[in-house]
Amino acid sequence: MKTIAKKRKSRFMATKINPKRFHHSQLRYLVFLVPLAAFMILPLIYIVNHAFKPLDELFYYPPRFFVEQPTLENFRRLFAITGVSGIPMSRYLFNSILVTILVLFFSVLFSTMAGFALSKLQFKAKRIINEINTIALMFVGIAVVIPRYLVVERLGLIDNFFVHALPYLALPVGLFLVKQFIDQIPSELLDASRVDGANEWQIYRKIILPLIKPAVATIVILSFQAVWNSADTSQTYINDDTLKTFAFYMGTLTNNTNGVAGQGMGAAASLIMFLPNLVIFIVMQSKVMDTMAHSGIK
Amino acid sequence: MSALLAVKKKHVRDSHPIAYLFVAPYLTMFAIFIVVPVIAAILLSFTYFDTVREPFWIGFENYVNILTNDAVFMQNVIPNTLQYAIIVGPGGYLLSFFLAWMLAQLPSKLRTVLALIIYSPSLTSGVTMGVVWKVIFAGDATGYLNSILMRLGILVEPVIWLQSQEFLLTIMIVVTLWSSMGVGFLAMLAGILNVNSELYEAGYIDGVKNKFQETFYITIPAIKPQMLFGAVMAIVGTFASSGIGVALSGSNPTPQFAGQLIVNHIEWYGFSKFEMGYAAALSVLLLLVIYFFSRFAYRLFGSKDE
Repeated sequence: MKTIAKKRKSRFMATKINPKRFHHSQLRYLVFLVPLAAFMILPLIYIVNHAFKPLDELFYYPPRFFVEQPTLENFRRLFAITGVSGIPMSRYLFNSILVTILVLFFSVLFSTMAGFALSKLQFKAKRIINEINTIALMFVGIAVVIPRYLVVERLGLIDNFFVHALPYLALPVGLFLVKQFIDQIPSELLDASRVDGANEWQIYRKIILPLIKPAVATIVILSFQAVWNSADTSQTYINDDTLKTFAFYMGTLTNNTNGVAGQGMGAAASLIMFLPNLVIFIVMQSKVMDTMAHSGIK
Repeated sequence: MSALLAVKKKHVRDSHPIAYLFVAPYLTMFAIFIVVPVIAAILLSFTYFDTVREPFWIGFENYVNILTNDAVFMQNVIPNTLQYAIIVGPGGYLLSFFLAWMLAQLPSKLRTVLALIIYSPSLTSGVTMGVVWKVIFAGDATGYLNSILMRLGILVEPVIWLQSQEFLLTIMIVVTLWSSMGVGFLAMLAGILNVNSELYEAGYIDGVKNKFQETFYITIPAIKPQMLFGAVMAIVGTFASSGIGVALSGSNPTPQFAGQLIVNHIEWYGFSKFEMGYAAALSVLLLLVIYFFSRFAYRLFGSKDE
């Protein structure tokens, strides 16, 4: 009897979730995961290599995957060329950075404020707003691209720089994750501060915000990804070339310069698009995982 | 103590009117960019609207036309969208659960590295990756895929992948799957890692015999909320990324409508043919499809009282 229990126990230990160290039984997962991960990282390695290839290596036939003599030439040319209407690339990059900063600041502010109210304050519309937001998780912006355009047009926001940012300020997933996260904070903590005379804004600023840093990190990542990668707003709402963003410019770059030299610049531009995403995620990944643990829809 | 009780009582009885100030900024943006467009889509779908004249009411004519008169919709868009959505949606979802499940059984450092690699493609977007795919799938012998397949002797002539009726949809599916291990994948991974290990011990004492039973009787029930979140994200992601065909082939409509999905069809009618009412009706159908799929996910994983 004891040996059976022991045997079961040992089998259990061998296939444990979140194991402390490596065990040979984990090899069967690696057999699958490692080739898959290699396949998945291949296009990313390709971008890095292509971005640093000098012109003659871009022309090699048959094409070679790895760069042999890395150079910054592609980046230099990318920054030197100007867009269709004589606008330097740095202008697009500046636009993108500005829009991204605006979105990050306001989407974090709006969704944490709303998340606090929806989680910890009592008011009549609370339930219905929560339900509508959960339904809105299913919302796909691209499906209503036409009526959205009409709304933006009626509001007179065509060719207004802020139209890049505005559609990204209400991110239902962001609010949802923040609210779930705030739900974990015990209400007694807030009541104690209320007794001490704190008003709701102070509670939000002094107690809630410091405690929900992981959820804030998650909204930052999600919003960043959405707005930094977006070419749609430039394409749909903006006619003035000086107001368009880097993501849009990249699209024109790859359409207009089909030559091999264009490929190198394209890869360099892709790298500029991709790296900030990756860096932010790596820096914040443990906080994101912390938030995701509370992500469930009940 | 009595002061605390008094606060508690007040807290329950009175509401916090200030809460409306806290939700106002979010709700304003939410209303302008989500609620109003959805309502506008529904209203416009019953009108004829060419952007020049004022829209006028035509009842269900747009819907009737979509279902009876639109050969491209029936012959290309529907079959393409179904094939794409089924493989990328449920297929991608199962794959992301399976990957999360395997990753959860590796030690922390190894897991973090592999999870990062698998997650990072979702940080890219269709547009920014266009340049990469265009080189890998380039139509002449300098394309990576053509070059490799020709060297291996599988191909004799280079294939024009991205303009090909035969391959475009498949390439779209592979590319989207590649970048689909996003938020939902992370949520499920975090969910599995946080399952109380006592549940497993209890399960094994109660006679769980193998990994399969363990997964079905312990892991999945324990992370149902995350499974649901992941499912909703998979459905949304599938349709949100379905502009990829146009990004790859460089034209809307895609060559011979080979990669035409509902989203492309909407933009084609709206921005190329200026039939806004018709495009709005397509939008409404798409939103209904997404809603229907999500309800199905709620059935599977939602809590009982829902």
